[in-house]
Amino acid sequence: MPEAITTWLGPDEWQAVWLSLRVAFWATLVSLPLGIFVAYALARWEFPGKQVLNGLVHMPLILPPVVTGYLLLITLGRRGSVGQFLEEWFGIVVAFRWTGAAIAAGVMAFPLMVRAIRLAVEAVDPKLEAAAATLGASKPWVFATVTLPLILPGVIAGAILAFAKAIGEFGATITFVSNIPGETRTIPSAIYAFLQVPGGQEAAGRLVIVAIIIAMAALILSEFIARRVAKRVSGS
Amino acid sequence: MTLSVCLRHTFPGFDLDVTFEARPGVTVLFGASGSGKTTLINAVAGLLRPDTARIAAGNWVLVDTAARCFLPPHRRRLGYIFQEGRLFPHMSVRQNLLYGRWFAPRDAKREDFGRVVDLLGIGHLLDRRPGALSGGEKQRVAIGRALLAAPKLILADEPLAALDEARKAEILPYFERLRDAVDIPILYVSHSSAEVARLATTVVALRDGKVTAMGSPQQVLGDVAAMGARGAASILTARVVAHHADGLSALDGAGGRMWLPRVAHEPGAVIRVRIAAQDVILSRARPEGLSALNILTGTITEIHPGQGPGALVTLAMGEDRLIARVTRRAVAAMGVEPGQTCHAVIKSVAIAPQDVGMVRALPDEDAR
Repeated sequence: MPEAITTWLGPDEWQAVWLSLRVAFWATLVSLPLGIFVAYALARWEFPGKQVLNGLVHMPLILPPVVTGYLLLITLGRRGSVGQFLEEWFGIVVAFRWTGAAIAAGVMAFPLMVRAIRLAVEAVDPKLEAAAATLGASKPWVFATVTLPLILPGVIAGAILAFAKAIGEFGATITFVSNIPGETRTIPSAIYAFLQVPGGQEAAGRLVIVAIIIAMAALILSEFIARRVAKRVSGS
Repeated sequence: MTLSVCLRHTFPGFDLDVTFEARPGVTVLFGASGSGKTTLINAVAGLLRPDTARIAAGNWVLVDTAARCFLPPHRRRLGYIFQEGRLFPHMSVRQNLLYGRWFAPRDAKREDFGRVVDLLGIGHLLDRRPGALSGGEKQRVAIGRALLAAPKLILADEPLAALDEARKAEILPYFERLRDAVDIPILYVSHSSAEVARLATTVVALRDGKVTAMGSPQQVLGDVAAMGARGAASILTARVVAHHADGLSALDGAGGRMWLPRVAHEPGAVIRVRIAAQDVILSRARPEGLSALNILTGTITEIHPGQGPGALVTLAMGEDRLIARVTRRAVAAMGVEPGQTCHAVIKSVAIAPQDVGMVRALPDEDAR
């Protein structure tokens, strides 16, 4: 990259940008299979506790982010029940690590992802899946060859929406994993931190610009990909 | 291989209770909408779990509720042709056609891809997407997709119902070819007696979830109890003799020479012609000076008075039976009785192209 751009952001700012991208990338990638599964289950299956699952998935959308972050802290923190278990048995610690930031971002973005994919699943005609079954495809094959290709535009839209949300996540992240430079200080946390010190406005302003660019790029990219895939899928 | 079906299923307000057998050739499940045809075919496909049923193809059991056996649809080796085609929109025509083949067992008897594509005339469509096809083309691809899955049984649920008359005329010959080219049972759902007359080897007539008549198309179409007096029809076989310049074709049948609006079949071909009972006029003496061109001669075998003013008179012409729907008053005035020779008058223009089809095994029992 030209020096003007690499030096436009200071090392701390670069660190925050890269960390944000890494956190959002892993948050989206890991939650995507689970998101597809939950969206499919909510759209197609009838099972006891369906409304409970639906409520749980949507909770982070409605709860104050601080509450979600606090709930994560008391379950996945080093003193939390799940957190203790993970540390004792697997030596995994997520509290105050970038992995914890990814978990917080993933949980906060999950409802958006599921909603987008669920709409896509509901738009798939179950008669096409029945037709595939009569032609010899077992349920997993029907999903892989008919359902998944047809919901792909929704999956992509959901993933990019989740990615954008994960980049901007602030409340749950700072509550759960705090604001540690190089470990959990993502773009929003960094902006917040810069604004707390005298003369930090300039650095904060630069990160604001970066945040706007990333958000716009994600939106445009998602529109572009979704349109291309939709055209391919619709069969015209 | 024979498909045997014995099935009971209850929906709120509707009971289906059906037993029948389908031999190689086309078995048409015939009835009005709401008679249970689609439920029945979906139970055979495994898309519906019946309350009580035993469905077997030869000694291969698809469902036996008494033995708690239910084969899921993907293990039934079907070729199901749906009313709406149901092509996969995200695949090309070629990928659609090859979809079932991919899942068929390696040792399955496969139809040759090129042969099926030629049979259906879809070679020029292979690289297109279903969205870019016409209704008739879609349905041809759907037939090919079912055929190429190496099925042991072909199911068709009103495959022509969504098409206009011109498209129906385009697709029907492919089903005739299918019936004559592959040696597997075809279960075909329809509410059109014209399709029954052209395609059926056996007809199972359904009403309100019960079988009302079963047998050859001649028997069932002539069965007033199953068809109602207005729906009764007969099927005559005839050989095409020649096509004439005035737009008519000459045919020879057991009852004499017939003239029909030009048929699509070459001279020498044996075809079946459906004639609605209400299009037939009877005459004791051979009439002369008539505009109607077809005067067939036969022997009266049966006079069946209806509950209203009508009566059905059956004439034997060789192996064929022709049914005429006339008034009881006319039967009395003419003094016709079984055993008498009688003439039947049919207007050429009463016979539409969809009433004319290729013959293969017209279901004479000794051919099986």
